[in-house]
Amino acid sequence: MTAFEINNVNLFYSDFQALHDVNLKVNKHEITAFIGPSGCGKSTLLRALNRMNDLIDGCRVEGEVLLNGVDIYKEMDVNVLRKRVGMVFQKPNPFPMSVYDNIAYGPRVHGIKSKPQLNEIVERCLRDAAIWDEVKDRLKKSALSLSGGQQQRLCIARSLAVQPDVLLMDEPTSALDPISTAKIEELVIQLKKQYTVVIVTHNMQQATRISDNTGFFLMGEMIEYGKTSDIFSVPSDKRTEDYITGRFG
Amino acid sequence: MSSKRKIINILNHARVYFGIGVSLAILLSILLLIIINGIQSLSFEFVFSLSAPRGFSLMPMIINTFIIVIFALVIALPLGIGAAIYLNEYAKPNSNVVKVVRACIVTLSGIPSIIYGLFGFLFYVIALGWTWSLRAGIFTVSIMILPILIRSTEDALRAIPVSYRMGSYALGAGKFHTIRKVVVPAAINGILASVILSIGRVVGETAALLLTAGTLLDMPQNLSSSGATLSVFMYLITVEHGDMQRAYATALVLMTFVLGLNLLANFIARKLKKV
Amino acid sequence: MRGRFDKQLEQLNDMLLDMGAHIEKAIAMAKQALLERDIELAKKVSKLEDDIDQKEKDIEGLCMKLLLQQQPVARDLRLISAALKMLTDMERIGDQASDIAEIVAESTPVLTQPQFAEMADAVIKMVMQSVEAFVKKDLQMAKDVIKYDDVVDGLFESVKVELIELIRADATSGEQALDLLMVAKYFERIGDHAVNIAKWARYSIAGRKKSEPKNSAG
Repeated sequence: MTAFEINNVNLFYSDFQALHDVNLKVNKHEITAFIGPSGCGKSTLLRALNRMNDLIDGCRVEGEVLLNGVDIYKEMDVNVLRKRVGMVFQKPNPFPMSVYDNIAYGPRVHGIKSKPQLNEIVERCLRDAAIWDEVKDRLKKSALSLSGGQQQRLCIARSLAVQPDVLLMDEPTSALDPISTAKIEELVIQLKKQYTVVIVTHNMQQATRISDNTGFFLMGEMIEYGKTSDIFSVPSDKRTEDYITGRFG
Repeated sequence: MSSKRKIINILNHARVYFGIGVSLAILLSILLLIIINGIQSLSFEFVFSLSAPRGFSLMPMIINTFIIVIFALVIALPLGIGAAIYLNEYAKPNSNVVKVVRACIVTLSGIPSIIYGLFGFLFYVIALGWTWSLRAGIFTVSIMILPILIRSTEDALRAIPVSYRMGSYALGAGKFHTIRKVVVPAAINGILASVILSIGRVVGETAALLLTAGTLLDMPQNLSSSGATLSVFMYLITVEHGDMQRAYATALVLMTFVLGLNLLANFIARKLKKV
Repeated sequence: MRGRFDKQLEQLNDMLLDMGAHIEKAIAMAKQALLERDIELAKKVSKLEDDIDQKEKDIEGLCMKLLLQQQPVARDLRLISAALKMLTDMERIGDQASDIAEIVAESTPVLTQPQFAEMADAVIKMVMQSVEAFVKKDLQMAKDVIKYDDVVDGLFESVKVELIELIRADATSGEQALDLLMVAKYFERIGDHAVNIAKWARYSIAGRKKSEPKNSAG
């Protein structure tokens, strides 16, 4: 069962080619991690999956990215795509509004107005993101009053509120302390029952802890892609080995 | 070494406190001067009377000022915010259009108000034949406060982190929706600051309004009536009558008026933010 | 950035070589005691075995420290986990050399079979080469050790046959024959442990993907 199928993707920022001929399949209900040194293209590829790159001037994508068999660049409205493919960012970015309104924002964008329905969504998503107990008494308080780790789980809950198929996470714990990081990792593993997760991480231990598959990127190329347990015990490519054992990068 | 550092530290503190002390002293003495002098000649009739002889009740001027402030904001605020949103969110940064527009805005905000007055006089009062009237005044000060509104709204919008916008786009929200529901509400404090600045500018304006809204001290009948604002009245009463008592009383009312408008603006912004 | 880690891995290799040298020495001493019926020498083996146990603990401690501090992956992970596994085999080899020496010390059997010296030399060579293959990351050498086990197994079979003959010819030499059979079995077990070490060396060098089906152990 494939969620994303990426075929011969080349991506350019004006004259600079950021991705070279990337081919890979992201399986449903699995956690796929992208690793590699800074500037290797892993975040670029992630952002190509919900077309966040569209916001950058001069960004051009060749090849095809299929979501459940549908070309997201040619056959899908960008806002529909982003509803189906949620994203969690490196730094927690709750909107400067109440906890409740943060979660209800997405559903409201997509036309849900009924108060009981919104209440139901808010509670379900906060529960799914394992933060309900911590915020249920302060739903009307500003989301900015939460701690960093809580804010990030709130952002995950916010993404879940539009019922996506896939959740993209761009280094979601790099700004958090170890306890918050552990909570998010636990949560991500829980989420894969219902969602497909693609995560970019600089923390290789994190990739080994939570992901099923790992792709290693270097200078815009996907060097190796396979089961995480294989990549981290018996990598096929010397460059992968050198990177994960800390011989460069 | 450490004792030297201590001395430097003390000197620096002294400098800072001296600065604060002098600034506060100046402000307080102005306030006290106005309050002490103003309160002596202030009476209920002088402020609220509707039947007092011309120039012995501030009511017409209060109403004129209020009308000009409110209508000028009604005209300039949507334009200013719209322009700021365009410049910051839609226009390509560093495009030539934006550069020209920005240069114009900076220049306009630096022009002395008498120039606006002259323009208003020549264009609205003479060319359009509106004569001295509240509406000529309203349109003149609208143009005058536009650059302030655009610049500070733009600053406020620019201060909103890109991450908020990204978060909204990532949920499938369009650009307009994102601006309306996330960016502008987040910038409401900055926009409010620009509104308060604009109110101050309008209320304190004399030169431009002397030339456009005129100096009539009667109750306005409609927007075509000529009418003096509180500031214009102060100018007239000081320069032409030399009546310092009434001038001080007017100044006190003017200050209270500005304070009241600011509180109102704050209140409205808080209401807006809640929604 | 991994200078310290590389030094620690070198240290691990040195310690393994050192322990390897000690177990070789233990086997050689057991062999000499057996051939020359030297009870004093046989008693020294058990002392050597204490040293070997201590070395095992030291190496284990280093491996644990490396796992904790470096959180190794890929070839580093294979190297350290293989070292931990082969360590157990090396310690068992020490035990078995000591067991042989114990039999010599207690009953000093009379040797009539030339295969014992041959077996001892064969397993010493296997132990030496298996550790060397691990340290030098020599895949071919590891494979050779694994193959060489057949030679030891062959020697064991022929000793067994001769000992059965011995009992059949003279029932009174039964106790002696059983002691010798046990000695031969210990040598054969040492060979098996050397094969295990060689297999861990092979894993450390080449690895095997968990998702791939296991291919027949070569």
